[in-house]
Amino acid sequence: MQVKSMAEYAANGEMPEVLFWVGCAGSFDQRAQKITKAFAMILDKVGVKFAVLGKEEMCTGDPARRAGNEFLFQMMAYNNIQTLNGYGIKKIVTACPHCFNTLKNEYPALGGEYEVIHHTTFLQGLINEGKITMKGGGTFKGKKITYHDSCYLGRGNNIYEAPREVLEAMDVELIEMKRCRTNGLCCGAGGAQMFKEEEKGTTRVNFERSEEAVATGATVIAANCPFCTTMLSDGLKNQEKEDDVQVLDIAEIVAQSME
Amino acid sequence: MFLTQKPVFSNLVKVTHMQYIPQILFIIISGVSIYLFAKKVGEIRRNILLGRDEDLTDNSKERWKNMVLLALGQKKMFKRPVPAILHLFVYLGFVIINIEILEIILDGILGQHRLFVPLLGQKLYSVLIGCFEILAALVLIGCVIFLIRRNIVKIPRLIQGELKGWPKNDANIILITEVILMGLFLAMNTADLVLQSRGVEHYTLTEQFWISGNLTSIFSGLSNEALIAIERGGWWLHIIGVLAFMNYLPYSKHFHILLAFPNAYYMRLKNQGEAENMEDIQKEVLYMMEPEKAPTDAAPAEAPRFGAKDVTDLSWKNLMDAYACTECGRCTANCPANQTGKALSPRKIMMDTRDRLEEVGANINKNKEFVDDGKTLVHDYISVEELRACTTCQACVEACPVSIDPLNIIYQLRRYLIMEESNSPEEWNMMFGNVETSMSPWKFSPDDRDKWVQEMAEA
Repeated sequence: MQVKSMAEYAANGEMPEVLFWVGCAGSFDQRAQKITKAFAMILDKVGVKFAVLGKEEMCTGDPARRAGNEFLFQMMAYNNIQTLNGYGIKKIVTACPHCFNTLKNEYPALGGEYEVIHHTTFLQGLINEGKITMKGGGTFKGKKITYHDSCYLGRGNNIYEAPREVLEAMDVELIEMKRCRTNGLCCGAGGAQMFKEEEKGTTRVNFERSEEAVATGATVIAANCPFCTTMLSDGLKNQEKEDDVQVLDIAEIVAQSME
Repeated sequence: MFLTQKPVFSNLVKVTHMQYIPQILFIIISGVSIYLFAKKVGEIRRNILLGRDEDLTDNSKERWKNMVLLALGQKKMFKRPVPAILHLFVYLGFVIINIEILEIILDGILGQHRLFVPLLGQKLYSVLIGCFEILAALVLIGCVIFLIRRNIVKIPRLIQGELKGWPKNDANIILITEVILMGLFLAMNTADLVLQSRGVEHYTLTEQFWISGNLTSIFSGLSNEALIAIERGGWWLHIIGVLAFMNYLPYSKHFHILLAFPNAYYMRLKNQGEAENMEDIQKEVLYMMEPEKAPTDAAPAEAPRFGAKDVTDLSWKNLMDAYACTECGRCTANCPANQTGKALSPRKIMMDTRDRLEEVGANINKNKEFVDDGKTLVHDYISVEELRACTTCQACVEACPVSIDPLNIIYQLRRYLIMEESNSPEEWNMMFGNVETSMSPWKFSPDDRDKWVQEMAEA
């Protein structure tokens, strides 16, 4: 399967329907690359004309800003906005809620105004348009799945229903954790915690959250964020539950269910 | 009129003059109370305005809506139904029973008793007081249950570390005062009804009140004098209690009953995920990248402080947040860091901000202007360890019933630590370095960013 870059589109004088902003985790992290590939495959299958920035994409600056390094954030934002505006990008889809939040809410004040869509909302749109057909009722039909709200999709941007509707369309048995939606518990990665050791405490945030997820009896934890996916997987390993319970991104669940 | 009346010679006038003493006393007590309250409120206003500017006046329609839903309607309280209902009793009681205070004040000034009976008619008046009594009883029950939750059941969020000492006493003082005030109100009405039934002069006839009407048997054995003492004592203690309570408010966490309203009105209208932009730095980066855009004639401005080191670096809204906090701890109970035993507690961030601001205010009162006391909000009040534990998950912002944003303060303190003190964990320094040189928080080669594309092409 061929994924075209924005530079290739521009060279042919063409514009894609949407730019797929992959993000650093989605580009480099081995686990998150699978999510990237799953989402790209879905886009390809349903015939969405999309591009990636490829080597021209840079960190949005989110971890720098959350840690307090505003200079570095502004530098990254400046460069990315130059690239995006240079190509005349109007519409962006991303599988990372941190990139989503930064591009959607924080770039406009800096001169970067785009329609930014999180991939779960995009998938819900494709399902509603009838573009996604499932094989034999769906691979996950009747499976017990619990959904973990990421902070930056949920509380950060009030998106709670789209990912749940996607899961319901896959005919899964959705079991909610006690701390869900606006009360959802963080995975522990946000605020640049992903890139440092946790402060001293009685337990780790990802252990606490994955224990709550396991307690639902679900065999799959559905996530919408590459960082949550990593944190929850580590939490499962800590409980030695990695063989019984899987952490999957919504895009992976959809990709595995499609014809 | 009576204030200017000179003592004259007739006995009759002397007696009348004596009768004015309670009225004069009442007016003096009320006047002094209102003056002291206004003075302290003025001081708090000054303290809040020590914060830097932040424009939060756009979209007034949305703001009024938030105030009605969140402050008046207590929308977020109902996430936890049990305390929400008990709080509703106390809140409604507080607001509605204050209509009765109007009568008490007018009676006090004019030397009348139950001034509103002839105005409203016996029937309507009695129904109205009956409603107040039911509310008073609900407030009383609510406050007793709140005391039990705090002191006997010991609900975790109500006994956490930062509440040791004054904050714990503050909460109990408020609850006990409300129980006493409501008790006095009911005792006063009960004695009043017995006095009415005995036809004692001055006690305007009403119908039986709904609650005190059932309590008259308790007092029926007492003499008229004793009953008058109870009724008058209840009246005076009630109104003095209310005035004292009003003056206690601005020194207490209970000030939220007033500040909840402006705080909801001025909340930041943006997605919670959005961090505040720093325009100074945005410009600096722009001038660095496009030097031709930099103003050439501008005198080099004094370098602003990046982020917040002390309360005066925070915005006025952060400071109003601190005064609006009633220390309920919903933020802390929902904080992932706090739930996993980290030092961070968003409630403590707010309490520390208020404590430091009060300290700065007292410093200004004493020295006319702020004299450096060698202390700052970061380090002296809020530790680096606390700030480092935040995942910026916004659970604290979401949880607050009165629209306080502790995360906004945490961001500003983090910015100060990183950009002014270069105070950063080694792992973050490495992450910053990677972002700068590899354009990713990890040390991968930028050339490998689209390696997955090749892998898909080959698959």
